[in-house]
Amino acid sequence: MSDLTDLLIKLIPIFPLLAVISNGLLGGRYSHDVAHRLAWGSVGLSFLCTIGVFTDILRTGAAHEVIAYQWIFGGDLTINLAYLVDPLTCVMLLVVTGVGFLIHVYSVGYMHGEAGFTRFFTYMNLFMVAMLLLVMGNNYVVLFIGWEGVGLCSYLLIGYYYEKVSAAKAATKAFVVNRIGDAGFLLAIFLVFVNFKTLDYTKVFAQVGQLSPEMATAIALCLLVGAIGKSAQLPLYTWLPDAMEGPTPVSALIHAATMVTAGVYMIVRNHAIFDLSPTAMGIVGMIGGCTALFAATIGLVQTDIKRVLAYSTVSQLGYMFLGCGIGAYTAAIFHLMTHSFFKALLFLSAGSVIHALSGEQDIRKMGGLSKKIPWTYRLFLIGTIAIAGLPPFAGFWSKDEIMAHAFTHHHYLLYGMAAIGALLTSFYMFRLTYLTFYGSSRMDHHTKEHVHESPMVMVGPLMALGLLSLVGGLILGFPPEHGWLHKFLGPVAGIAGEHEAGAGLVFLLMGAATAIALVGWGLAHVLYSVRPATADGWAAKFSGAYTTLLNKYYVDELYDFLFVEPIKRWGELLDWFDRTVVDGMVRGVGQLADWGSAGSTWFEKHAIYAGLNVIGYGNHLAAREGRKMQSGMVQHYAAIIVAGLFLLALVVQIVIQM
Amino acid sequence: MLEELTAGFPILSCILFLPVVGAAVLWLIDDEDMVRTSALTIALVELALSIFVLLRFVPESAAMQFAEHVRWIPALGISYHLGVDGISVLFVGLTAFLTVLIVVYSWDTIRHQVKLYMMCLLALETTTMGVFVSLDLILFFVFWELMLIPSYFLIKLWGGGAERHYAALKFVLYTLLGSVFMLVGIALLNINFHQWASLHHTDQVYSFDLLELLTVPIPISQQILIFWLMFMGFAFKAPVFPFHTWLPDALLEGPIGMAVVLAGLKLGTFGFMRFSIPLLPDASKSETVVTVVVVLGLCAILYGAWMALIQPDFRRLLAYSSISHLGFIVVGLFALNYQGLQGSLLTMINLGFSTAGLFFIAGFLYSRQQTTQLSAFGGMAKQVPLLATFFLIIGLASIGLPGTNGFVGEFLILLGAFKAKWWFGAVAVLGVIFGATYFLWYYERAMFGPVGKAVKDTMSDLQLREMVIAVSLSVMILWIGLYPSPFLRIMNGSVQALVDRLNHGTVAALGAPPAGQGR
Repeated sequence: MSDLTDLLIKLIPIFPLLAVISNGLLGGRYSHDVAHRLAWGSVGLSFLCTIGVFTDILRTGAAHEVIAYQWIFGGDLTINLAYLVDPLTCVMLLVVTGVGFLIHVYSVGYMHGEAGFTRFFTYMNLFMVAMLLLVMGNNYVVLFIGWEGVGLCSYLLIGYYYEKVSAAKAATKAFVVNRIGDAGFLLAIFLVFVNFKTLDYTKVFAQVGQLSPEMATAIALCLLVGAIGKSAQLPLYTWLPDAMEGPTPVSALIHAATMVTAGVYMIVRNHAIFDLSPTAMGIVGMIGGCTALFAATIGLVQTDIKRVLAYSTVSQLGYMFLGCGIGAYTAAIFHLMTHSFFKALLFLSAGSVIHALSGEQDIRKMGGLSKKIPWTYRLFLIGTIAIAGLPPFAGFWSKDEIMAHAFTHHHYLLYGMAAIGALLTSFYMFRLTYLTFYGSSRMDHHTKEHVHESPMVMVGPLMALGLLSLVGGLILGFPPEHGWLHKFLGPVAGIAGEHEAGAGLVFLLMGAATAIALVGWGLAHVLYSVRPATADGWAAKFSGAYTTLLNKYYVDELYDFLFVEPIKRWGELLDWFDRTVVDGMVRGVGQLADWGSAGSTWFEKHAIYAGLNVIGYGNHLAAREGRKMQSGMVQHYAAIIVAGLFLLALVVQIVIQM
Repeated sequence: MLEELTAGFPILSCILFLPVVGAAVLWLIDDEDMVRTSALTIALVELALSIFVLLRFVPESAAMQFAEHVRWIPALGISYHLGVDGISVLFVGLTAFLTVLIVVYSWDTIRHQVKLYMMCLLALETTTMGVFVSLDLILFFVFWELMLIPSYFLIKLWGGGAERHYAALKFVLYTLLGSVFMLVGIALLNINFHQWASLHHTDQVYSFDLLELLTVPIPISQQILIFWLMFMGFAFKAPVFPFHTWLPDALLEGPIGMAVVLAGLKLGTFGFMRFSIPLLPDASKSETVVTVVVVLGLCAILYGAWMALIQPDFRRLLAYSSISHLGFIVVGLFALNYQGLQGSLLTMINLGFSTAGLFFIAGFLYSRQQTTQLSAFGGMAKQVPLLATFFLIIGLASIGLPGTNGFVGEFLILLGAFKAKWWFGAVAVLGVIFGATYFLWYYERAMFGPVGKAVKDTMSDLQLREMVIAVSLSVMILWIGLYPSPFLRIMNGSVQALVDRLNHGTVAALGAPPAGQGR
């Protein structure tokens, strides 16, 4: 059984890899139908393998370590391409392959008729390979292959419509900002190697006790820099909203459900190191709390359906970081899972809306869609309720668990941030729902006529995700802190804490969370359904705040001013320096050499040849012949150099002797 | 069976002289197509011989293999001594590989004086091979200098730029100037050997032989002097910042084939690894030397990358990115630990595929637009998807994306640097961010976005010959990136020996047992 499991583990990333190779090399030779079947079929097979591995681990509880081959080695370093599948990886694998499979199926309908259809699926499968390596690697370097690999695929897919300047720019921005995080991650890897002489998780975590608190803080903070980049947290979040330039399934898969959660996975994977450093933990929690709140405020006023969802993703990732920062690792992973369900659902339903409206993304030009695309509407509503956090939907359980943990462990500031963030989340999500599906239609005539419900291949996956968003929370995490997920992850993610809160407090917090969500809903209901004019009135009244939010606090402009422009300007200056000063010195030396060579030529003529004259006339003739051959500049210099050389050697030797 | 047949067969001499003999044969051929075919045949046979050597090379060994030793000028201790070990053997393969690609590339891009061009190219191959396989310092020096002659003519006669005469002269003078210092260093090594030999009354009085020079102790003050003298030679050639200004000119003005050789074959840094570090281990690890050299390397990484960022001409961008990469190599070398040395060696090989590959890409762009200026590009991915794809693959290798060869080398260098002193690694890692920025920004503006005004509708995608080049480079990039094992195994023995040598210094080499001593 164990051998079979090992085989299944090895097979998981191979299926999508084969699809990449086939579609990448031969994609042009066969029809789109073959291409997409290979694409989703391979992910489906990976999912089946994952189920097999999962059942085995569920039964035995044992982690599997499988070595594929020796990758980098020499001296005291050995890095294998190897996998570690324990409960944490299992959970991630289920999310990645399961949600990934649904999104692949959906994409068949969404991308239908696109010119780059096969290219799209090749990149998507390549993404799956990288993401699987990321969660399955048994050491930091395999994690890093996946880490940068998903970044590459994100780059390629954001830039999928590369003719669009905005898409091309967003792609470069995403990669570069991620690289800043990656540099931090690399430093963390080096620190780990210097301290532990190995990069394998199991060996590192086995000796983690010998780490000094300062070193633990250093490693944890470097890891955090990496996590911030990948998971779009403050201050490196700016690439994620721009990443919405990619096709919507990409936003759902990469920029909501899987890749951006890699930072959370990485922190939970390394919780043994983070646990040693209260400083680092505090910073993780603060970054999470601030991001959750900050991104939610921007989400309040955005007008692009995908951008609202993008900021909500940043904000929800903030909750996961907050959870990590207060030691609620299981709750963070729990929220990661439910978020992947409802956020994938929301993005894909938004895609269905965009699909129905022939590409329109501006919610100011939507409205009244609930009757025209009823299935999309119902499913979007489920997603909205789930993210807003109303029981018994999935988001409620996971978000409440993080917030309750914060409260019971006396992180009141973080609890307050999370609570305000939750209120804003509920508000902007219902605002989005009202503006899109209720009220009167604001579409132009042409678009209106073409509105249609999406095909079954798109609605089917939506229904599956809708079901998960409905009951996923109950299945995974009920009762709170003692659900199935907690038992399963307990051995790897640590037990949440000894503070066993009383039942009364738990129910009180649940009630508070529900009330918060309801207030947000109610507010949105009043502003966007009952008295629609009020919202505009408020926007005009607080125009300063409104404009600031609409322009996302001008952070992009600030970064441009602080980093991008100075780097370019300093570059120009450096270029001038290189041409005039560095090269100028060279030319100066060249000039000196010229004068020197004139001197040497004189010396050659008058001294050397005079000397040769003494030796004999014949020799003199030969020398003159020799001189004639030295016609070009180069030969001339060469002669001087060889002559000068032995002089120099002599001088040096004399100096040494002295 | 095969072993018996090939034992004692001077295969390195064959590799060394086949191209130059071939060049002489080319002289007799008049038909241009015949010249091209013959040049390709010679280059392919050379490649086959090199692959044979690589296959027969015993990995995980520090020994000099396929050695040939003939006394040349015994009175001065100069000999014709060839051999390859884990440090040099891969360069032999790389040189042969790139020469084949250059011949293929030049097939229809070189239109005038084809015969002379191919002769120069083959002569250049011989001299380059000579640098890699020579174990006698004078023999090495002869090839080192001879290399300038074909290079000079290649830049001057087949360069595309208006300033090519200036660029050719600058390149030659720069290298010559460095060589002078290096030759003095070599002379001092010989004198040191002589003094030691006279003291101990050995039979051999003079020697320029690398393996013999390795057996005598050198006083530390002498080592440091020689180190800096040789440093000048290698640093000018590499080029190490701030001796780099000849490189952008030579790469921009010269033909693509020459640029591939200059950027793809890291002769200068090879020199550090072959001669400076093993011959002068105590100097190499002295505090001042390490600090000065590594700081120069770190400056090069950042300076080169920053300069690359704002270059509108793709070849100039590549020149500065080469300078940045050389910074990485220098930092790795003078981290003086296993990972640093191994990573630098692998990176030298890697750049032969990635940077050289990008120069081929520059050539493909040049063939289409007659320039490598950014203003001539824009939105080209739509019209030339294959070119855009290979451009990206090779470019990602050059910025060290995991899965490509660039990552393996860069990761090892950074790890080695970090192990040596944490701030070496911390500064060098900034280059990783810059690298992504300059490449992807240029790529975005050249390939993405709306189709540029200067881009013609009729632009054709990669042709068969171009595909051969792009595919073979990509295969190597992914092979080393995903399964570097064969390459690492070839290197490991020699890298370990070099680390041991550094630990023991020159004095301990005197017949002392190599293991368990030193430090």
